[in-house]
Amino acid sequence: MISIKNLHVSIGDKAILKGVNLEIPAGEVHAIMGPNGAGKSTLSHVLSGKAGYTVTEGSVTYKGQDLLALEPEMRAREGVFLAFQYPVEIPGVSNIYLLKAALNAMRKHRGEAEVDALDFLALVKDKIKTLEMDEKFLYRAVNEGFSGGEKKRNEILQATILEPSFCILDETDSGLDIDALKVVSAGVNALRDEARSFLMITHYQRLLDYIKPDVVHVLADGKIVKSGGPELALELEAKGYHWVEEQVA
Amino acid sequence: MTNQYSAAYAKLENSLAGSSLAWLNDIRAQAKEQFIEQGFPSLRDEEWRYSNLAVLDKKSFAPVLASELGHIDVADLEAYKLNDCWTMVLVDGHYSAGLSDLQGIPDSVTISSLAEALTDKPDTIKRYLGQATNIKEPGFSAFNQAWFTGGVFVHVAAKAILDKPLQILHLVTGAEVLANTHHLIVLEASAEASIIETFLGCEEQYATVSVTEVFVEKNAGLNLYKTQLESDKAVHLGGVYVKQARDSRFNHHNFSFGAVLARTDVHTDLGQAAECDLNGLYLGVKRQHIDNHTRINHVEPYAISKELYKGVLNDKSRGVFQGRVLVAEQAQKTDSDMHNHNLLLSDNAEADTKPQLEIYADDVKCAHGITVGQLDNQAIFALQARGIDEVSAKNMLTFAFANEMVNKIKFKPLHDQILMQVLNRFPQAGIDQAWL
Repeated sequence: MISIKNLHVSIGDKAILKGVNLEIPAGEVHAIMGPNGAGKSTLSHVLSGKAGYTVTEGSVTYKGQDLLALEPEMRAREGVFLAFQYPVEIPGVSNIYLLKAALNAMRKHRGEAEVDALDFLALVKDKIKTLEMDEKFLYRAVNEGFSGGEKKRNEILQATILEPSFCILDETDSGLDIDALKVVSAGVNALRDEARSFLMITHYQRLLDYIKPDVVHVLADGKIVKSGGPELALELEAKGYHWVEEQVA
Repeated sequence: MTNQYSAAYAKLENSLAGSSLAWLNDIRAQAKEQFIEQGFPSLRDEEWRYSNLAVLDKKSFAPVLASELGHIDVADLEAYKLNDCWTMVLVDGHYSAGLSDLQGIPDSVTISSLAEALTDKPDTIKRYLGQATNIKEPGFSAFNQAWFTGGVFVHVAAKAILDKPLQILHLVTGAEVLANTHHLIVLEASAEASIIETFLGCEEQYATVSVTEVFVEKNAGLNLYKTQLESDKAVHLGGVYVKQARDSRFNHHNFSFGAVLARTDVHTDLGQAAECDLNGLYLGVKRQHIDNHTRINHVEPYAISKELYKGVLNDKSRGVFQGRVLVAEQAQKTDSDMHNHNLLLSDNAEADTKPQLEIYADDVKCAHGITVGQLDNQAIFALQARGIDEVSAKNMLTFAFANEMVNKIKFKPLHDQILMQVLNRFPQAGIDQAWL
């Protein structure tokens, strides 16, 4: 699905990613853990095409294409989805408006007709239930006045409607209480299938109790310093990031 | 002493509202003297430093007699009349009974032309007229008071509720016409009402001067909307001056879309624990100059003021916001929050914004925030990350910026009317109205 090779990324003169190598085959869930400042969010931003980062070396191949050459909206239309760590508020645009505009942009890209209004409403109302959100959310301005948990659910709702093939979850679990975490995790788990891949960025091992990763990576100082199975997350939690950093040093 | 306006109004002297009332003629005479002495404000007046009114002295704008009205396009006027409203129509500053509709007004509410009210209940009018305005200040109150031709009087009795909004439509029909009106709105204790002022005109250069004095008595609540859709050549001077008694509520929504030169003043004096919520949206294109000036006067303790004005400025347009909040020494526990945000869509557009807080009390909460700038890059990226291209994302966010103010309108017929106006002003946005 996605192949990251020797990726070096800077912000201004400061090198953040210093040679990341990562392969995520279709259908797999990979978790990236790491201390603050390791470059986790930079990786998610670079993959989704946010401005302000310079790729100095390396490549990212997604479904056989050079991902880094695509505009952010083209990446999204090709199935890359970033669930934001800090979803933005957009007063003046309702959730349902954004969902429909986004879905139609993707359908147009695929050469499909705009979604039928009634079908769309039925789809959205069905999906919103699975995330235990009230229908009223659809008619409220995007994220305006939402709690932290509601914002994160809203990101997953968007993923559920847009059905991307590669989901980047950027600290989707941060700040969630256990009930919200269960709902969000169930939403993500419902999306798992053999054609869809996930990159989960998190601080907390707790998330991995609810969304079982196939592979866990540790990112430290701009590089993946250790990879392993789900047990690696537990070991990290027990021993702390110093343990990995010391091993590497 | 005279000037072009005292000469122009000479022929109307006997047809101005209440012209047989000596006390009214006295206060008109005082105002006339004041105006002749000071004229319209100039750039040297602090509260007028961004707006040049020289056009009012250069052009020969003149009032017309009620018998001289120009052609009224009734179909066009009807298109702006809102459903589920009572309607008062003023044409070139004169009340038109034929175009108005007040059928079924409850007994507890009086809505009439100001001229009629001056005949029927002169003492009531005398108690209020000129009490919320100050003709000595640089502005257009003196001009207005000297020569207003007519206006609307609204009185809502204690505890009465005006169950449908009143729409006051102002229409100007000819080039160089000067329409000058004065409204009085009185809500007695615990009364409630919604009133909408809509300003329209023909596609010519003309001038509108409009003053609305508002008295919101104890625990009463008024929603007042202003929709300024004047011709793109017109000059518009509109003022709302409010006296709020204890525990009263005043919500104002000011949509300033038309005119080449538009100025709106909103002044309110807040009694104890009174609340005001001032909202504004101004959209400038071409060479439009749109100036909004608000003054919130916290006179007594525990009052709450909220203010949000937003501007979208394109082409060579210029938006001005001056927001003054005064907190008197005895106005402890004041809670005040003022914001003005401007979006510049062109390198040649300009926004001048000036918040002024004058606080003489020591236990208050006063916040303010001012921005002038472009769209938020984070938000643009958030939309791109959902497959929406950059141009569409910017259009959507620009529309959203304005639409936030439209969404504050609770009365649906007005909401829909303003929304159409906003959509028409962002044709490029490609907003699918069905889904808003």
